[in-house]
Amino acid sequence: MSGLDMAAQAGIWALEILAIAVPVALSVAYITYVERRVIGWIQVRKGCNRVGPAGLLQPLADGLKLFLKETTIPAAANKLLFVAAPVISLTPALLAYAVVPFGETSLFGLWDKPHVMAISHLNVGLLYVMAISSMSIYGVLMAGWASNSKYALMGSIRSTCQMISYEISMGFALVPVMMLAGSLDLVEIVKAQQGGLLHWYMIPLFPMLLVYFISGCAEVGRTPFDLIETEELVAGYHVEYSGMWFATFSLAEYAAMIMIALMTSILFLGGWYAPIPALDFIPGTVWLLGKTAFLVFLFIWMRATFPRYRYDQMMRLGWKVFLPWTLVWIAVVGICIYTPGLSAVINFWMPWR
Amino acid sequence: MSMIKRAFKTWLLWELLVGLALTGRYLFKKKITVEYPEERTPLSPRFRGLHALRRYESGEERCIACKLCEVVCPALAIVIESEEREDGTRRTTRYDIDMTKCIYCGFCQEACPVDAIVETQEFEYATETREELYYTKDMLLANGDRYEAQIAANLAADAKYC
Repeated sequence: MSGLDMAAQAGIWALEILAIAVPVALSVAYITYVERRVIGWIQVRKGCNRVGPAGLLQPLADGLKLFLKETTIPAAANKLLFVAAPVISLTPALLAYAVVPFGETSLFGLWDKPHVMAISHLNVGLLYVMAISSMSIYGVLMAGWASNSKYALMGSIRSTCQMISYEISMGFALVPVMMLAGSLDLVEIVKAQQGGLLHWYMIPLFPMLLVYFISGCAEVGRTPFDLIETEELVAGYHVEYSGMWFATFSLAEYAAMIMIALMTSILFLGGWYAPIPALDFIPGTVWLLGKTAFLVFLFIWMRATFPRYRYDQMMRLGWKVFLPWTLVWIAVVGICIYTPGLSAVINFWMPWR
Repeated sequence: MSMIKRAFKTWLLWELLVGLALTGRYLFKKKITVEYPEERTPLSPRFRGLHALRRYESGEERCIACKLCEVVCPALAIVIESEEREDGTRRTTRYDIDMTKCIYCGFCQEACPVDAIVETQEFEYATETREELYYTKDMLLANGDRYEAQIAANLAADAKYC
């Protein structure tokens, strides 16, 4: 490969990364706006509607404000780790988008074969997402430790405990998906769900959908499980942070939230396929993003509805309910696959067999 | 049977769905936000806002420097000094209210035997410096002159309940 080719390849990669990173950053900004509006409406308020038309410039105003705020670093903190922690927690949240397939396109007939729209079409995409999104725990742990404050440390221990606990049931909830799809490739998993609503994995794996989505909620610290950052427990790992470094943590949280919604739509809700095959003339990306948007809305809706779990209740749910339940369902799916009579039924969701 | 029903309700998160449905209905309810600078809520005649010192119709100030308000003030926000005037009546030479101390309890207007010190419905007098909130006698009398119509109307509206 000549130097020119390599440069061209690098340029294409840079464009691909921009094409995903910029929309992600924008949607993070506007999800905060949507969240405030929707929660406001649910609480019979109007929500933020004063900055710009219908309050649409509010995220910009918030961003500007956070940029202008002073970032204080406690005197006793480990400065290097303190500054690195928000970056370490944001990076994995964005890195995970590298393998997400946003649909297939033949670029209006330019290509003979439809190409997958992803920065990297990895054949172990699911594993990569699981591995990378677990990395954000390091950011939390570092933030709590580097702050050199007992509240931040206790908060980070609490958050780490929660994230690790739910990581396990999340991983196990995905095992039946791999068993049915026979692949770790996100594209293959979506393709295995082709053919309408009944083929989606939410039908045979409905309990796993619930476990995955709720565990995802706990993983990113959304409301029923937001004791990661609650006020009455002195905020948590980011008590000592202010200004833009604090905002970076919430950026990471929202990016991770979109990621969970995306993964749920890809793994359980048929990815870029329409619920009825006749509707497949609408571009798949629209379907995928529509499903993701609905799930993000569900996150917000849940935040406006449910009270917070107590710490022991949350641990009980993760270890004593979700974990056994996923294990049972793995066994059920496994038995279905290998029992002669039942395998005919389960083969409906295993088109590759 | 009821056990099966309960198990289904547990595993399908029925209670949570009921909760979500409730908040979902509220999503479309009519919003009750009052967008303040443009819209306002009605104020009661008994609303306790900025203070004012009133005058009689003749222009004579009502305050007779009895200092009941100063005594009753729980926040010690009122300072009064008095002297004999040329005509032999007792009048205040100083009547200061520190609005940064005042808790707007309304005891002063209740204590006043001559309805001199009252609280108006005015509440938009925020200032950029602390000094502007130290109201002197002249400022309070000016308030009284400015809001006399409002004060009289409110006192009349409230009179039948006293």
